[in-house]
Amino acid sequence: MEEIIDKKIIEKVEKVAKKKKADFPESYIYDIAEAYVRRELSDRELEKLIIKVRKAYERARVESGEAVGTVAAQSVGEPGTQMTMRTFHYAGVAELNVTLGLPRLIEIVDARKKISTPTMAIYFDDDHKDDEEFVKKLANRIGKSTLNDILKDFYINYAEMKVEAVLDEEKIEDKRLDLKEILANVEKAFKRSDIKESTIVFEPAKQTIRELRLLADKGRDLQISGIKNIGKVIIRREDEWIIHTEGSNLGDILKIDGVDEVRTTTNDIHEIETVLGIEAARNAIINEALRTLEEQGLSVDVRHIMLVADMMTSEGVVRSIGRHGISGEKASVLARAAFEETGKHLLRASIRGEVDKLTGIIENIIIGQPIPLGTGSVGVVMKPNKSKK
Amino acid sequence: MKGIIKQISQINFGLMSPEDIRKMSVTQIETPDTYDEDGYPIENGLMDPHLGVIDPSLRCRACGAKGGECQGHFGSINLARPVIHVGFGDTIHKILRSTCNTCGRILLTDTEVEDFRARIDALKENDEGINEGIKEVYSAARRDKCPHCDEEQEDIKIDKPISIIEGNYKLTPSEVREKLEKITDGDAYVLGVNPEVARPEWMVLTVLPVPPVTVRPSITLETGERSEDDLTHKLVDILRINQRLLENMEAGAPQLIVEDLWELLQYHVTTYFDNEASGVPPARHRSGRPLKTLAQRLKGKEGRFRSNLSGKRVNFSARTVISPDPNISINEVGVPEMIAKEVTVPVHVNDWNIEKMKEHVMNGPNAHPGANYVIRLDGRKIRVYDETKEAILEMLEPGFIVERHLKDGDIVLFNRQPSLHRMSMMAHEVKVLPYKTFRLNLCVCPPYNADFDGDEMNMHVFQTDESRAEAKSLMRVQEHILSPRFGGPIIGAIHDHISGAYLLTRTGSIFTEEKAFQLIRKAKLPIPKRKNKDWTGKELFSLLLPENLNMQYKAEICQKCDECMLKECEHDAYVVIEDGQLISGAMDEKTYGSFSGKILDTIMKEYGSDEARKFLDASTDLAISGIMKAGITTSTNDEEIPEEAKQRIEAHLDSAEAKVDKLVEAYENEELEALPGRSLEETLEMKIMQVLGEARDKSGEIAESYFGMDNHSVIMATTGARASMLNLTQITACVGQQSVRGGRIDRGYIERTLPHFKKNELGAKARGFVHSSYKEGLDPIEFFFHAMGGREGLVDTAIRTAQSGYMQRRLVNALQDLNVRESGLVTDNRGMVIQTMFGEDGVDPAKSDYGKAADLDKIIDEMRVK
Repeated sequence: MEEIIDKKIIEKVEKVAKKKKADFPESYIYDIAEAYVRRELSDRELEKLIIKVRKAYERARVESGEAVGTVAAQSVGEPGTQMTMRTFHYAGVAELNVTLGLPRLIEIVDARKKISTPTMAIYFDDDHKDDEEFVKKLANRIGKSTLNDILKDFYINYAEMKVEAVLDEEKIEDKRLDLKEILANVEKAFKRSDIKESTIVFEPAKQTIRELRLLADKGRDLQISGIKNIGKVIIRREDEWIIHTEGSNLGDILKIDGVDEVRTTTNDIHEIETVLGIEAARNAIINEALRTLEEQGLSVDVRHIMLVADMMTSEGVVRSIGRHGISGEKASVLARAAFEETGKHLLRASIRGEVDKLTGIIENIIIGQPIPLGTGSVGVVMKPNKSKK
Repeated sequence: MKGIIKQISQINFGLMSPEDIRKMSVTQIETPDTYDEDGYPIENGLMDPHLGVIDPSLRCRACGAKGGECQGHFGSINLARPVIHVGFGDTIHKILRSTCNTCGRILLTDTEVEDFRARIDALKENDEGINEGIKEVYSAARRDKCPHCDEEQEDIKIDKPISIIEGNYKLTPSEVREKLEKITDGDAYVLGVNPEVARPEWMVLTVLPVPPVTVRPSITLETGERSEDDLTHKLVDILRINQRLLENMEAGAPQLIVEDLWELLQYHVTTYFDNEASGVPPARHRSGRPLKTLAQRLKGKEGRFRSNLSGKRVNFSARTVISPDPNISINEVGVPEMIAKEVTVPVHVNDWNIEKMKEHVMNGPNAHPGANYVIRLDGRKIRVYDETKEAILEMLEPGFIVERHLKDGDIVLFNRQPSLHRMSMMAHEVKVLPYKTFRLNLCVCPPYNADFDGDEMNMHVFQTDESRAEAKSLMRVQEHILSPRFGGPIIGAIHDHISGAYLLTRTGSIFTEEKAFQLIRKAKLPIPKRKNKDWTGKELFSLLLPENLNMQYKAEICQKCDECMLKECEHDAYVVIEDGQLISGAMDEKTYGSFSGKILDTIMKEYGSDEARKFLDASTDLAISGIMKAGITTSTNDEEIPEEAKQRIEAHLDSAEAKVDKLVEAYENEELEALPGRSLEETLEMKIMQVLGEARDKSGEIAESYFGMDNHSVIMATTGARASMLNLTQITACVGQQSVRGGRIDRGYIERTLPHFKKNELGAKARGFVHSSYKEGLDPIEFFFHAMGGREGLVDTAIRTAQSGYMQRRLVNALQDLNVRESGLVTDNRGMVIQTMFGEDGVDPAKSDYGKAADLDKIIDEMRVK
């Protein structure tokens, strides 16, 4: 949200809201202020609006004891049956494959360290977002290029037992690479190489044909530029220049000058956690899950996804949903035993002398007591009449 | 009144010491036999009558209670030699590795031990798992030299699951036990064995508890043959080997033989606990089936925890096939009389209902609103028979409980599996109906995801007043019209209700007053005043709308014209309702369909669930009467198009195929340019897919242009009642590209899909483009490709249900303990705050308007109208 609306108006709405005893969250104040400007409300109308919104808000509040967790889990899980299984799909950028649908959702709740298709969207700051030359140059620096990409000629000389590569200066120019740097790179990687201007000659360590062929492949695949973990890059002109990448390395990309640190993003939640912290990871989980569901045409209220994300991140690290994460760390022995790895939990509980306090849901179901949720979370207390008569 | 119900406040876990086991044991088991020749249990055998009895005619020797009342007592077996408990093999290994082989102290200095102790205490204090702390101890306590006695340490390895090896020497369980005995309580605590409840050496068994017979009942087959439980079989094995080992030891048999027997004993005890331990061949039944021993009884989906403790079999439930009934309310369920006579509701007899209850008892168990049982003041339950009902009737007095038949108006719980969300279990009012199926209103099909192709559903009858009250206010169908998933209606009209509403309300549907009143009567609406004029369908529908309802929206049939004509829409697609009068537009899916019904949504949110239910009931009635007046049917005639259209489609498809050929040619001549970041092949595939996709769409468009709104199939597709225009064009014009794995079909023979094609042929037909329409019929090649695509779809669904089911189980398990506190905090059961306010604004999505507490524009509009 940009600052279209004056701070004064927001303050004003806040004041009126306070006067009318409406305790709104920030987003409501903003929405009302926005409506106030857009619909040109009079002050009386504003007051009336706030009263009405307050009533609606009070009516819509969650009741205490509500099983929000179960409802959220069901709301996220139920659409899973309607999702496609197809792993690959084209998301906006036709050139990139991105995991979508149910496999992606499972990947998110699993909090995988290695996701199947990491990808980044790199944005640029105001000075560079329309600078085509800058973006192209950067794209080549980021994207993985191998020697193969800049070859003019390449052949294996079986007679003399050597591999000869001729570099294409035009291609180097086009990719905006530096010949010297490339050659330095080559020298570093292959000690037995002979460089003459743009012709490189490799010699194998052992004089066998097998070695020679291996060397040829190795030479062709030599990476001459790019950032670790990033493969293909695609430059796209939307409203501005954007680079989409295959593979992700948020930490290193953010260090590059001209990159907009605010909008540049990746779909690798674990990476966001290490680079930007747990709150960012929480938001990333929400965004990714919501996007996955929406792309399938399924509407799920954000609040449910927020709860899932908050649960996953509440301990300060991203925990997965399942036996290695949240369910495996539950306090109750019975709850853990009822979920998975029954034997392990019971045996461990016995030598540790664990105590089950029976505060959760399944524990109480197992022993046949009312659950501490919803109508089971309230009790009746009798107040004895103090004045004896 | 029941007695005071005790509440369990906590469960402590611990390990049993040999003394505990002996103390608990009522008898020593020594004989590996169960019954003697006469069929009597042998004393000191596995079926010793001290262990409890199953037969109600016998009395337990240990407690004197009758069978069924005595829960049984444990016995014990004195093992000739100690054996390691399988479940603790790994723990024993870790502990031995972390302690000195000579002096038995932990391989940590005293200060280190203190530090770890403090850390573990802190973890316990914070209610966090101590596993992390223990893990650190295990990795820290790995020294080559003992810090206490300076002895060099030999490496201790484990051969899973239970062989402990020191250096090259395999330790016997006795030696392991000796080592474990040396560990001090203080060291044990740091090593994860709480000395208050367990000693490390107790992980090596010297006495084996024998579970009571009630745990392992034997079954008598029809032939009179006795069949013992798997556990009993296993115990027999253990006893036999134990006996032999003992005899051999006493006879002073060679070491080798004793060791072999010991090993065998270890094997039997191991499989007795866990018959699926890795590295141990499972013990088998004579028939070759692996035995189900202790761990198998608890573990997994069919284990004790998941199938008997987390979920239980219940009485007062019924299951049968479902069928539709548009004449009952969404709140109701039709229950067959047969079921109504079987499942009962307990009613406390008092002065006010005694006459009613007498009637029920008088009817007996076989006439419908009768009674099956009567519970007397002393708690005795008496079955009501036609012969005894008079006698019972005379006894009946206030304080009795009558278990009467289910009757109209009772609240029951109705459920269809898979229960994926809370709308899969809703409370309905009973309506007892003839025949043998459950009947339900069609509007509740979407939340249950039910259809009538043989689906069955379950019904549960509440047995207490509290549960009935709770269900009535929280679980009734009308309270679940809005889904908590997205804050819109999930219960709503489907299929014929939608096309019916459209046929009734579209412009040009006019009824004479006589006909109109017939409809109104049929829909059970209040009869309005005569106006001596013809009625339009819109006027009829307006009778359902609340008087002060105002709204405007674009209907499902909207053609998405470039410029919207609003009220003057020629397709009837712009709906305007002013003061409860339908001014323009026709009703369709957007009116009251599930997932998208706007009017239903508005009524629900502004007038409450009662009004919404009434609206749904009345509108389905009216729509059904409407559809009966208009009539709707469909056949392949609906998809008939003139010859000229067919030629146009044919021409178009031919040109598309030619285009594909050209693309292929360009590719082969290496004239094709690759898209950035794609290989040449991928680029070609993408371009071909695009061309063929467009070709199908275009041919569909051509076919569509010959269809009008007088075509019933089209009505169904455009109003959202059933099917889509895509389905229709596939029937009429062209089925289109078949896909496997998201691309054109490219598998089968070497370098070609079928032997009818050349190798590496890339043309449309060779890669699964179905040129024909369903109506025309597919040729064999097309049919085969179509089947390939179809099969992939089936496999996909099968895998998806399994995967998403597991994901949901994990999600529910992880989140189920979350609770909203009175303060608005969302906490888990340990009191950890997960959110300070639910969803950042504290709004319940089920009560929200598509996620917002209030639609500001709607409120402003309303304010200005006034």
